[in-house]
Amino acid sequence: MKNIRNFCIIAHIDHGKSTLADRLLDFTGSVTDREKQDQLLDSMDLERERGITIKSHAIQMDYEFEGEKYVLNLIDTPGHVDFSYEVSRSIAACEGALLIVDAAQSIQAQTISNLYLALENDLEIIPVLNKVDLPSANPEEVTDDIVELLGCKPEEVIHASGKTGFGVGDILEAVINRIPAPEGNVDEPLQALVFDSVYNPFRGVETYFRVINGEIKKGQKIKFVATDKSYFADEVGTLKLNQIIKQSVKAGDVGYLITGIKDAREVKVGDTITDSANPTKNAIEGFEDVKPMVFAGIYPVDTDEFEELRSSMEKLQLNDASLVFAPESSAALGFGFRCGFLGMLHMEIIQERLEREFNMTVITTVPNVSYHAFTRKDPETPLIVNNPSDLPDPSSIDRVEEPYIKATIITKSDFVGNVMSLCIEKRGQITNQTYLTTERVELSFDMPLAEIVFDFYDRLKTVSKGYASFDYTPIGMRVSKLVRVDILLNSQPVDALSALIHADNAVHIGKKMCEKLKELIPRQQFDIPIQAAIGAKIISRETTKALRKDVTAKCYGGDISRKRKLLEKQKKGKKRMRQVGNVEVPQEAFMAVLKLND
Amino acid sequence: MSGIYIHIPFCKQACFYCDFHFSTSMAKRVEMVAALQQELKLRKDEFKNELVETIYFGGGTPSVLKSEEINNLIYSVYEHYRVSDNPEITLEANPDDLSKSRINEMSQSKINRLSIGIQSFFEDDLKLMNRAHSAIEAEESLIMATSQFDNISIDLIYGIPGATDAQWLQNIKKALSFNIPHISSYALTVEPNTALAHMVEKGKIANVDDEAAERQFNMLVDELEEKEFVHYEISNFGKEGYFSKNNTAYWQGKKYIGIGPSAHSYDGKERGWNIKNNIKYIKSIQANKLPIEIEILTTADRYNEYIMTGLRTIWGVSIVKITKEFGEKYSDYLIQQSAKSRSQNLLIIENNTIKVTKKGKFLADGLAADLFMV
Repeated sequence: MKNIRNFCIIAHIDHGKSTLADRLLDFTGSVTDREKQDQLLDSMDLERERGITIKSHAIQMDYEFEGEKYVLNLIDTPGHVDFSYEVSRSIAACEGALLIVDAAQSIQAQTISNLYLALENDLEIIPVLNKVDLPSANPEEVTDDIVELLGCKPEEVIHASGKTGFGVGDILEAVINRIPAPEGNVDEPLQALVFDSVYNPFRGVETYFRVINGEIKKGQKIKFVATDKSYFADEVGTLKLNQIIKQSVKAGDVGYLITGIKDAREVKVGDTITDSANPTKNAIEGFEDVKPMVFAGIYPVDTDEFEELRSSMEKLQLNDASLVFAPESSAALGFGFRCGFLGMLHMEIIQERLEREFNMTVITTVPNVSYHAFTRKDPETPLIVNNPSDLPDPSSIDRVEEPYIKATIITKSDFVGNVMSLCIEKRGQITNQTYLTTERVELSFDMPLAEIVFDFYDRLKTVSKGYASFDYTPIGMRVSKLVRVDILLNSQPVDALSALIHADNAVHIGKKMCEKLKELIPRQQFDIPIQAAIGAKIISRETTKALRKDVTAKCYGGDISRKRKLLEKQKKGKKRMRQVGNVEVPQEAFMAVLKLND
Repeated sequence: MSGIYIHIPFCKQACFYCDFHFSTSMAKRVEMVAALQQELKLRKDEFKNELVETIYFGGGTPSVLKSEEINNLIYSVYEHYRVSDNPEITLEANPDDLSKSRINEMSQSKINRLSIGIQSFFEDDLKLMNRAHSAIEAEESLIMATSQFDNISIDLIYGIPGATDAQWLQNIKKALSFNIPHISSYALTVEPNTALAHMVEKGKIANVDDEAAERQFNMLVDELEEKEFVHYEISNFGKEGYFSKNNTAYWQGKKYIGIGPSAHSYDGKERGWNIKNNIKYIKSIQANKLPIEIEILTTADRYNEYIMTGLRTIWGVSIVKITKEFGEKYSDYLIQQSAKSRSQNLLIIENNTIKVTKKGKFLADGLAADLFMV
């Protein structure tokens, strides 16, 4: 055990985490030339395309240092706030963390919150200044930032470049010398922390764990503490680039487990694995049942595909236990599902996976958070509103509560004014303002979660020219003055376009929604009135004028091919539209409310 | 039946709306004509034994070439291909090139059809579009041309920003006064990357108004039909016996060879297009290499093209032909997909043929796209 090191990487998106991980694998000879590719640990296409990490990954490296052989377990973690619970469990599985900071961009909010998590878990932090070879790098100043934040010595900050591989040897040396070996007792009852699971269609759910005490053996009858379910360990092993089958994985080490579980919901991140016959008395602290934060309807574009969508969602849930869904119906869209997501990125990922992996064309409706409505009749019992159309009649409502968050934003002092205006526009109340350095400011706001859902990230990026990072934690429910804004197309209300909006912003947002829908709904053979209403009162109106001309003037030998391709594209677009009444509405129009400022 | 299209990629000046391939530099004229003749020779075996029934000089502005050069190209066709006894040989010409002597020269040649780019009889319209000719030249060229040629077509453009319906009606009446048997008339279209697109974007010219275009289109249809023109394709009107054989071949999926830079060819299965660059075209032909790119059409592609072109014409889309050439899967699909537009009286089935109705005519592209197999 004394030669094992377990560590993770804390970094902001684009600060070079995945590239530096590639270099570590390279340097320790953990990959052959044939296996090399960029973002090696990010195995999903979606992750590679977007340059983000969605799932946690683990990989074991063998490394000889000063004549001793070491086993280094690197746990790669997602970098997005939607997945902060997964990050916290990965951190809990480690003794140390590399804090990777871009030498040009310095520390970001997401990094800080994960850093605090790591410090709470008593992790040894190794600060790494990455991308020092960039012309825009500012190593002195960023080193000062790090020193100030960590209270470490400047010489403890390692300079590196994921691009060139510079500094990788120093990082490995620090991992061995500075991060403590795991402590634990092989002879105690099994106690292992689940930090992730992946679904393999052939082998069922693969559970990733870190053994704290005891050992997990092939054939052993094990038990998950939170779910209280027992299984046989059909296969255990460690994680190199491929899985290495072992007879047992002992205290201090990281490995995988296959039990034949076919449903990802049976394996919960943060759960404790123990021996069924001789269970540990102490479940590992910090387990939570993850709750969805954002809800939206998912409907098939083609109403005939409802059953197919159900089976796709069920399959998707097998490998993404954080997705929850229940059938619902909409007057405009027919049968579909109300789905709960960890956040907006998670929602996008689900929609994209449905389209890519299951070949489903779906409509996602305006996302919303979960509200509590209290009626006059029974002002003590909350009615949970996960869909705007579930809001009771306004005359019967006593009050509505909505979830609030504490938002932490780090930005340059130049942009403090802009960021504040944005947050106040978004109904935020400033609670704290701290100058981290003379240049960098940390702002804290209490804000409604719903405002984050509506185009907050993009606007924050714009007002800060990209120099703002953002993180949040839920702080409970608060009373709010909310109204439902309905949208009517061709005088017919379209329930899927309704949104709950603060009364003070309702008229403004209703107007913008009409404008955006006018832009997105293609001209058809008749005029289409687009209206926003609160109750029976119309607050805004636009009209999509009838299509008068839809034919190209010329169609001769040289035009045919190009024109055919153009019309084919148009037809493909039409296939993604949904008939609502007699109006054809494109998929993206249902999300229009999110893009009001584009 | 098959046709040969020869692209003459030169113009005196650039019309603001044009997105065809052309150059305003005539420096390579001699080399270009030689290359066109050489391409005709290189491709002589593509038609096997089929008869060439139409030869069409398009552009650019073919009338910028000398009569002798055009004649040499015609002779090259006769030298290397089997030409029918009475082929349709069309030359596109601009009014400013049509002097009396030039028209006489042409009437002595094998050219038997002229397509004249009048566009408008109003000076303001011509200036706005940056045409090379004047309103007077437009009228004079027609007086002279009709004295020597019987088979004449003119182009007219409607939907020009600033032009009133009354002006457009005058244009139509003026055109009819010359007693020509064929008119092609196009809605002014703002094509990307044209001067017109730039000016519209900068607000220097008002954008084209679809409602005005629709009104003027309907005026045109009414006026010409009254004078016994057959509206045989969205933008083409001809008296019986004077339809463009060359263009009709495109819409009926016939074979054609396109000679010259940017020209397209089609052999029933493959479509090819030559490089859109005069210098590169000449160099490649000089090295006896065809500068052509080819795409093979799938069954669905060919079905889609037939729908797209067929709906534009008076002949419509034959369900019998669809079943015969593409199979029942396609004809069933066609009938099912067209149901909604038929119920809206935009499409109609008559004698086993799907056609656009008068109401649907100006929406033909969208209606075609709805019937596509993708």
